[in-house]
Amino acid sequence: MCFKAKRLFRLALAPVLMLMSAAALAAGGEVSQVNMSPGVTELGKEIYDLHMLILGICVVIGAGVFGVMLYSIVYHRKSRGVTPSQFHESTKVEILWTVVPFFILIGMAFPATTTLLEIYDTDDADMDVLVTGYQWKWKYEYLNEDGENVSFFSNLRTPQSEIYNAESKGEHYLLEVDEPLVLPVDAKVRFLVTANDVIHSWWVPQLAVKKDAIPGFINETWARTSVPGVYRGQCAELCGKDHGFMPIVVNVVSKEEYAEWLAGKQAEASKIKELMAQTFSMDELMTRGKEVYQRNCLACHGANGEGGVGTPIAASPVATGDLGSHLDIGINGVPGTAMQAFGAQINDVEMAAVITYQRNAFGNNMGDMVQPIDVYNHKEG
Amino acid sequence: MGDHHHGPAKGLTRWMFTTNHKDIGTMYLWFSFAMFILGGAFAMIIRAELFQPGMQLIEPAFFNQMTTMHGLVMVFGAIMPAFVGLANWMIPMMIGAPDMALPRMNNWSFWILPPAFLLLASTLFMEGGAPAFGWTFYAPLSTTYAPPSVTYFIFSIHVLGLSSIMGSINIIATVMNMRAPGMTYMKMPLFVWTWLITAFLLVAVMPVLAGAVTMMLMDIHFGTSFFSAAGGGDPVLFQHIFWFFGHPEVYIIILPAFGVVSQIIPAFSRKPLFGYASMVYATAAIAFLSFVVWAHHMYTVGMPIAGELFFMYATMLIAVPTGVKVFNWITTMWRGALSFETPMLFCIGFLVLFTIGGFTGLMLSIAPADFQYHDSYFVVAHFHYVMVAGAVFSMTAAVYFWLPKWCGKMYNETMGKTHFWISFIGFNLAFFPQHFVGLAGMPRRIPDYALQFADFNMMSSIGAFIYGASQIMFLYNVIATIVAGKPTSDEKVWDGAEGLEWTVATPAPYHTFEVPPAVK
Repeated sequence: MCFKAKRLFRLALAPVLMLMSAAALAAGGEVSQVNMSPGVTELGKEIYDLHMLILGICVVIGAGVFGVMLYSIVYHRKSRGVTPSQFHESTKVEILWTVVPFFILIGMAFPATTTLLEIYDTDDADMDVLVTGYQWKWKYEYLNEDGENVSFFSNLRTPQSEIYNAESKGEHYLLEVDEPLVLPVDAKVRFLVTANDVIHSWWVPQLAVKKDAIPGFINETWARTSVPGVYRGQCAELCGKDHGFMPIVVNVVSKEEYAEWLAGKQAEASKIKELMAQTFSMDELMTRGKEVYQRNCLACHGANGEGGVGTPIAASPVATGDLGSHLDIGINGVPGTAMQAFGAQINDVEMAAVITYQRNAFGNNMGDMVQPIDVYNHKEG
Repeated sequence: MGDHHHGPAKGLTRWMFTTNHKDIGTMYLWFSFAMFILGGAFAMIIRAELFQPGMQLIEPAFFNQMTTMHGLVMVFGAIMPAFVGLANWMIPMMIGAPDMALPRMNNWSFWILPPAFLLLASTLFMEGGAPAFGWTFYAPLSTTYAPPSVTYFIFSIHVLGLSSIMGSINIIATVMNMRAPGMTYMKMPLFVWTWLITAFLLVAVMPVLAGAVTMMLMDIHFGTSFFSAAGGGDPVLFQHIFWFFGHPEVYIIILPAFGVVSQIIPAFSRKPLFGYASMVYATAAIAFLSFVVWAHHMYTVGMPIAGELFFMYATMLIAVPTGVKVFNWITTMWRGALSFETPMLFCIGFLVLFTIGGFTGLMLSIAPADFQYHDSYFVVAHFHYVMVAGAVFSMTAAVYFWLPKWCGKMYNETMGKTHFWISFIGFNLAFFPQHFVGLAGMPRRIPDYALQFADFNMMSSIGAFIYGASQIMFLYNVIATIVAGKPTSDEKVWDGAEGLEWTVATPAPYHTFEVPPAVK
C-alpha cells in the first residue's frame, strides 16, 4: 500500500519533473520547447518563478485530488462487492475545503501583486521606443531628445517560396525580419505601443513583454535586457490575413555597438534626404519599385498584381488612369478599407518608385514616371 | 379527457408545429449534433493545415474564416443548443411537470435556430468570404476592416440571442411555476438548479451581446464611431462589452455540464450526491462571480493597475466554489459502490480533464504570468480542456445516460466504452501538447508556425483526427440504438439512478406527468 502510494505520487509528479528539466535547459536564454522561458530580463525570471510556483501548487493539489479519486476507483468498485455508504454531508469538511483554498489563494496573490507592480513601473526609463503595429508589419521609432528620430519598418523576411514549400525552410522560418529592432544591453527601455489600423499585440517571450497595440491608445511597457543576443517574437492578437506573418526580432547589443548603429541609421536618413532631390531613370525606378512592391503591396495585391484582399493592379482603372489620383491613393490610402495611407510609411523615393512600377509592370505599360519631387509636391498640396 | 392522450401527429408537421417538450428537445439535440459535426469539420481543416509548417492546403485568409466559424458554430450551434435540448427533455420530467410552461414559444425558439445558422454558414460562399475576425470579433477588425458578410453575421447573432433568451425565459417560468407539489427548490435535482441559474445568466447577458453587435452595425453602416478611434470612439470599449457577455457565457456553457455530472456520478456510485446544498450555493457563487471577472480576458490591453488587481483577485476567487464542486464529486465517489458504464466513464473523464482545465485557468488568472500566456496556445489548450472535456464530455455522458429512457432501447456498451477511450486518448493527444507550444511562445490563430513547434503540432493534429473520427462511432451507436437497440422496459434503467424521470415508463411516453406526482 505504502509502496503503491509512493509510486502514484511519483507518477503524478512526472510532468513537473519533465518541465523542471526543460527549465534547466532553458536557463541562459535558450528557448525551451515545453515550458515558459525565464528569458533575459530580471522581470522575466520573476514571472517564470511565479509561473512555476503556481504550477507546482496546482500539481500538488491535483496529485492529492486525483490520488483520492484513483483510490476510490480501485477500492470502492461494485465488482469488489462493497456496500455503498450513504453519507452525504459533513459541514466540518465542507467548511475546511472552502477556507483552506482561500488561504492558498492569498498566498499566491502576494507574489503576483508584487510582480505586477514592477511590470507597471515604467518610470525612469533610459530611452523610449515607439512601436506601431500595421497590417502586417511593425514600425519602430527611436524617440530621441534632440528630435532627430530614427524610424523604420520591420517586415517579414521569409520568402513566399519557403512559406509555400517551394524551397526548404531556413532556421528562423517566419521569425526573421528585414530590419530588427536594435537595443542596448542593460538599459531600461520603455516601449510605447500603439497601432495604425487594427489591434495588434507586441510579444517577445524572452523579454517577458506582451502589450496590445491599439489604434488611438498608447500603451506603456518596459524591459531591461541583461544578455546581448537576438530575441524573437510574434504578433499575438489576430489582426487579419497575415497575422501569422509579422514577426518581431530584437537585437540586443553592447552600448558601443548600439551607438555606432544609431549613428549609421542617422547617416542613412540624411542620405535619403539627398536622394529625394535626385531625378531617376525609368530603370532605376523600376528596380527600386519592384523591391518596394514586394515588401509593401504584394500581401494584398498579389505577386503579379492579380489582386487578393486588395483590388488587382494589373489593368486596374487606377494604375492605368490619371497619375495624380493614383499617387493620391498611394499616399493617403482609401479610408474605410484595408488600403493604408502609405505616405507616412515609405519615403518619397520609394513612393515614386512603386507608383512608377505599378504603372509599368504587370502589362500596364503606361510609360509615365513619378519622381520623388512629384511625391513631395503632392504631399505639400 | 380522451383528447389529451393522443400521440404525436404524423409526418413533417409533427416537427414543424410541435409544442411537445420531448419533440423539441429531440430536435435541439439533433440540430446541435449536426452543428457539432460541421464545427468539427472546420476544426479538421484547421488541424490539417497545421499538420506541418508551411502553407499546404488553404490560404491564410480562409484559415481565419475557419477558426472564426469553428468557434461560433461550436459555442452557439453545438454546445448551447445541446444543453437547451437536454433541458427541454429533462426539466419537466425531473420536476414532475407535464410540459414546459410556454410550449408555443418553445417551438419558435427552436425553429429560428436553423435559419440563423443557414445565414451564418452562407457567408462562406459570399464575396470576401465568411467572418475572419475570430469568434471574439474584436473591433475594428470586425467593423472597418471586416468583409461585407459581417452584416449577415450580425443578423445571425441577433437571431441566436433571441432564441437563447426565449429558451431561458421558458426554463425560468417552468422551474418557478410547474414544479410538482412537494418539489421544493432544495429538493430539485442539481441539473434543474444549474439550468435555472444558467437561464438567469443568459437573460442577463444575451442583450449585452445584442448591444455589441448593434453598435458594430451602426459603425459599419450608419456612420457612428463607437469603436473607431479615428472618430473619437474606443476599440477597447468593444472588448469590455464583449467580455461582459463572454465571461458569463463560459459559465452558461459549463454550469449545465456541472448539473449533468451531479446526476450521473451519484447514480453509478450508488450513493447520494455529497453536499447538495453546498453544490447549489457554489453554482450561485460562480454565477455571481462570473459578472465581475470579465476583464481577465484583457490583461494586456493596458488597464490601470487598480483594475488589473481587482480582476485578478476576483478571478482567483472563482477557484474556491469550483474547488468545492470537484471535492464534492470526488467525495460522492468515496466509499460508494462504483461501476463504470459509458456515462460514468465520460463523467470521470470530465472530472480529471476539467480539473486540469481549472488549474490552467487559475494559472491564467495570475495577471503577471498571463502577460506570457495571453493569446498563446496555452490559452487554446486551457479552454478546450474546459469546453470539450468539460461541456462536450458531460453532454456525451448525458446522451448515453438518458438515451435508454428516451427511446426504450439500450445502446451497445462495448462500443460506448470504446468511444470513450478513443475520445479520451485523442483529446489529450490533441490538446495536451498545446500547453507546451503555448508556453514555448506559439501565438494562437496563426495559419503557419516556426519550425520549433512542428513536432507538437503534428501530434496535436493526429490527436484531433482521432477525436474527430471517434464522434462518427458515437453517431453510429446512437442511430443503431434507436433503430435496432436491445429493448428495455425497466423504469429504472440504471439501478443507482434517482429522480422522477426514472419513475415514468420506459420509453418515456409522449406525455408524462399529466397528473402531478407526489413528492415526499
